[in-house]
This record gives sequence, C-alpha cells and structure tokens, in this order.
Amino acid sequence: MLPKLPLDQWVNHVVEWVYNHYGTLLGSIAQVVKTAIDSVNQAALVVPWWLVIVVFACLAYLAGKWKLMAGTVLGLLLIYDLSLWQEMITTLVLAVISAFISILIGIPLGICTAKSIRLHRVLAPLLDLMQTMPPFVYLVPVLLFFNIGVVPAIFATLVFALAPAIRLTRIGILQVPEEMVEAARAFGSTDLQLLWKVQLPLALPTIKAGINQTLLLALSMVVIAAMIGAGGLGANVMSALETVDVGKGFEAGLSIVILAIILDRISQKIGSA
Amino acid sequence: MEPLIQLRNVTKLFGSRVDAAKRLLQEQQSKEVIRKTTGSTVALNQVNLEIFPGELFVIMGLSGSGKSTLLRCLNRLIEPTDGSVVIDGQDILEFSKTELNLFRQRKTAMVFQKFGLFPHRTVIDNAAFGLEVQNVDKERRLHIAREKLSLVGLEGWENHYPGQLSGGMQQRVGLARALACDPDILLMDEAFSALDPLIRDEMQTELLQIQQLLHKTIVFITHDVKEALRIGDRIALMKDGEIVQVGTPEEILTHPADDYVARFIKGVDVTRVLVAQDVMKRPSPLLREKDGPTVALRVLREAGLSSGFVVDDTRRLRGLVTADELVQAAESSGRTLAVCSYEEVLCVSESTPLEELVSMIVTTRFPLAVLNDQLQLQGLVLKSSILEAMAHQRGAAYAT
Repeated sequence: MLPKLPLDQWVNHVVEWVYNHYGTLLGSIAQVVKTAIDSVNQAALVVPWWLVIVVFACLAYLAGKWKLMAGTVLGLLLIYDLSLWQEMITTLVLAVISAFISILIGIPLGICTAKSIRLHRVLAPLLDLMQTMPPFVYLVPVLLFFNIGVVPAIFATLVFALAPAIRLTRIGILQVPEEMVEAARAFGSTDLQLLWKVQLPLALPTIKAGINQTLLLALSMVVIAAMIGAGGLGANVMSALETVDVGKGFEAGLSIVILAIILDRISQKIGSA
Repeated sequence: MEPLIQLRNVTKLFGSRVDAAKRLLQEQQSKEVIRKTTGSTVALNQVNLEIFPGELFVIMGLSGSGKSTLLRCLNRLIEPTDGSVVIDGQDILEFSKTELNLFRQRKTAMVFQKFGLFPHRTVIDNAAFGLEVQNVDKERRLHIAREKLSLVGLEGWENHYPGQLSGGMQQRVGLARALACDPDILLMDEAFSALDPLIRDEMQTELLQIQQLLHKTIVFITHDVKEALRIGDRIALMKDGEIVQVGTPEEILTHPADDYVARFIKGVDVTRVLVAQDVMKRPSPLLREKDGPTVALRVLREAGLSSGFVVDDTRRLRGLVTADELVQAAESSGRTLAVCSYEEVLCVSESTPLEELVSMIVTTRFPLAVLNDQLQLQGLVLKSSILEAMAHQRGAAYAT
C-alpha cells in the first residue's frame, strides 16, 4: 500500500501560517473594502427606485431598442412590486463590483497570456482549478482571513468569475488574423501600437463576450455569497430554504433571473448596435 | 550603379535544431538529409541577389520555393538564420528593435496577397495607417492618404469600410497604404494573385503606370509566369530555396538556364509577352517622299514588292503607296511622290503587345507600321512575322 500523502496537513499549515502572520493585515484590508462597498450600496439605495428604472430603460433602449426596453421596465417593476428592491440593489452592486474587478484584472492578464506562452502554461491549470474547485472549499479559509460579510463574497466571486475574462481576452487576441499582425509590423508598429491599433479593436467582440460571461458568473454566485453574509436576493433564497417557504423562494429566485437577463442582454449588445 | 538591396548568402532554416542543420548545410549536405537528421527544413539556401534602384524586380517560383520567405527577410518579418541583408548600405540584420521599426516605417512598405487591410478602419484610415504609426499629425496624414487614394482611383470611397469593397478595390487600398509612406522600396507579396484575371491585368497596367510616375524600387513576388514576364524589369526564378536564374524577361524566355526554367516558361502565351518591337522587321526598302515615281518604281521592282512605305526627311511615316499609283504618277510626270495619293495603314507603337497585333493584322491587307514616340517609322509587322513568333514558343523571333 502507498503511504497517504499528508496533503491535508500541508494545506492546514499554510492556512494557519498565513492567518498567524497576516491575519490582522487581511482583516483590516477587509474592513476598508467593506466600508467602501457599504457606502456604494447606501448611495445606490438613496437613488429613487423610479430613477434606477429610467436609467436601465435608457441603457436597454441603446442596446436593443423598444422590445428590450419594455422587458426591462416590466421586470424591474415586478421586483419593486414584490418589495425585493433593496435586496436587488445590494445584489446588483455586489455583482457589478465583482465583475468590474474581474475585468480590471482579467483583460490585462489575458493580454499577457496571449503574448507569453510560458505565462499561459502556468496560468491555464490555475484557471481550471479556480473554475472547478467547489466554492465551499476555499470559502472557509477566506472567511478566516476576511471575516464574514461582503468582502469574502467578492473574493469568492472573483475566483469564480475571473477565468472567462482572461480566457476570452487571450482567445480574442490570438484570433486576430496573422496577416493583419504582419501588416501592422511591416509598417513599423511598436508592440504597443500593434496592441492598441490592431489587436484590441479586432479582439473586442470576443473580449465583450468575456465581460458578459464574467458578469453572469458573478451574478450566479449571489446565493453562495449570501451564505457568508453578503445579503441581497441570495439571503432571501436562503431564508426561504430554512423556512421551507417555496413561494418566497420562487419570488427571490425569479428576481435573480430577471436581473441576470437584463444584465446579459444589455452587456451583450451595448456598443455593437 | 550601386545596388539598393544586396543579399549575401541569406539562409533560413525552420525547425528546432537549427545549429546542427546549419553545420550540415555548410558541409553541402542535401536538404533531404538535413530534414531527416535534424527535422529542420531549408527555406532559403545561401541566396545571393542584387536589386538596383528603380527596378521592378520579380521573384518567381512555385509555392514552397521560398519566395515569400525571401521577401520577408528584406524587412525582417522573418529573421534569416545566416547571411547578410544590406539595404542602402546598412546591414539591416544588425538593427536594434527601434532601428528596425524606423527602417520599416521609412524605407519599406508592403502589399499583401490577401490585402491585410484592417476591417475596423475606414478606407482612408487604412491608407493612413503607416503615417499614423509614424505619429504624423492627423490633418497631414489624411491629406496624404487622400492623395494616394486618388492616385489609385479610389476617390470618393474614403469613408467606406474595406468589407464594402471588391477585391480589386481592396488591393488598391493596400497599394495606397503602401505608397502613403513614400517608401524607397515596395515589397509586394503575390499582390495580385487573389484577384480575377481581368482585374489582375488592370492592376498590373496600373502598377506599371504608377511605377513610371514614382520610380520606386519594387520587389514583386508571384507564381504567375505571365505576370512576371509582363511587369518585371528583371526576374529571379526560385526553386527549393535557391535562385535558379536571374535575368530580363527576354533572357529568361530565350535562354532558360536549365530544364526547370524551360519547363516553367513552357506554355507561356507569347502573344501576351512579346510586343511589336520584338517581332517587327526592318522596313526595307523605304521610299522617300522627295524621290520621283520612276525611282520608287525601280526600287519596288528590285525588291519584288507591289507597294512600299513612304517617309519624309525625318523618317516620319507619310503612308503607303501602291505600284499602280506610282505608274499613274509617272505617266502624269509627277516630280515627287507627294503627288501620289497614299493608302491608309494601321500604325502601332513599339510596345503594343502581340495579342493586339494579331487582331489588327487580320483587318488590313497591308503590314502594320511600327512608330516610335516621334512618329518615325521603326519597323513593319507582317502576318508572317507574327506567325513566326507564335510558332517559336521560346519567342526567339528577333528576325531583323
């Protein structure tokens, strides 16, 4: 028989070590981030509900004309009518901030992996791990480091939603036809000019698909995020589960779906119409 | 004249064990042996070449002969494994990255087989791309781009996107983009190969016209013999990464260096390659306008002809006179041929292609007169001379 590899103990040691050495530091970082996000959340709640609907209606019109606009308004009105408005805003802020950070990290990393095959070889298995490892496995140490609340929720969402932003940016850049890269080089473009004038504009549709995917994955994490105290629509689903209230659960679930569809359609089409 | 581009032993190997392959190549091993032992392919094998300023130099060969690789060595889109590429006195292989970018911006421009236009940019922004890379300010670069677009006949299309244009028009944009940088050297990689035959003809003509105007040094890659013979000042024929023969179109047609070249040019439609100058006969005897009709009659009788071409003192063609007309003039005791009424003859220039001569000669019973720019008679094209040229597939029809 093979002796059992003490992998579990190793991981425990690493987590313990990080907690002992950097626990306070991570805790205070979490506190700062939490304050920032809470104030954004508060600010978003101050905005009257009808103004939010108007803003979304305008975005929807830009992205998909009247049909999408009508659907958006009806969907948001339903959420308001179900008195899930506050929860919806909290979820929206969480998803958008997580997606925004993912994109901020993901697009530059995607560009780097397109340029360096070595970096890609290191990063590719890591991305696989991030996407397939069950979230609960890394939620426990994350809770240890960041305490309960919105920060570990964002961290968990990042881990889950970062991969498509990186992957699709890389694919988009690699898909730029060789002849166009050659043409840009033949005219004496520097690497940066090649990137800005040719590769990024031509990769844009694929990068946008990546942004869309990231946003949706971020939204799909809300229930798990609620388990670690992020609040929002996920919390309603959780409490409905605990009280076996199927109706309430359905209401919250439906609100998540409505929000997801609106974000998906708008982020997919805006700018390309 | 100093060559503008000078290649010395330029070698390119593709593969992972390039050093080992290079040693084998220096030991004169065959490419097959090198490929088997090291897995490297020899794309270019010690190519030596000189290209002079103002030349339209064609590199011709089948696909896989290394011609595109060779072209890309001229601006280092592909790095040669060995050898030197001296352009305008500088070995470009020693350039740093910045120097190389400057060299590409200022000295060379490239036209691609599949056009290589940027689909997200309008026609004019495509044409201005090279200048944009050089950080030329917007107003100036758009002005130059507009100028070059009108040079290639694309006025009014500035704000369209490449996808809205036909293939021929797209390649005109490609050409305008290259010309906008005002490079010394134009590198054209199978530039017209993706176009329909008719459009290709048109573009070749236009390239020759532009070349007459701008006198660039053009390195033109093609697999099409007819194209090479038509536009090339000189042609290099490549096979398996080596240059088999370099010469003018006539030299290649008449003196192919070996069987491979001969096979390559076999089947070339000579009517499209040869021009009036190549097939015309010396116009003799010639009648001078100031001669008397009796003298002229005797000249014709001695040459066994029933008609003759009449020229004035400066060898300008006046027309064709028949023996019958001369007899009448002699009877009415005319002093010079000026009293005769001349027959109309069809005139062509020295560079009229044989193809056109064929269609003209069947419409007249007289020979065609070949005139130079000053309208002086240079030679005659007879039915027999055309047949002779077409019978000689090698085109050795320089009957004088």
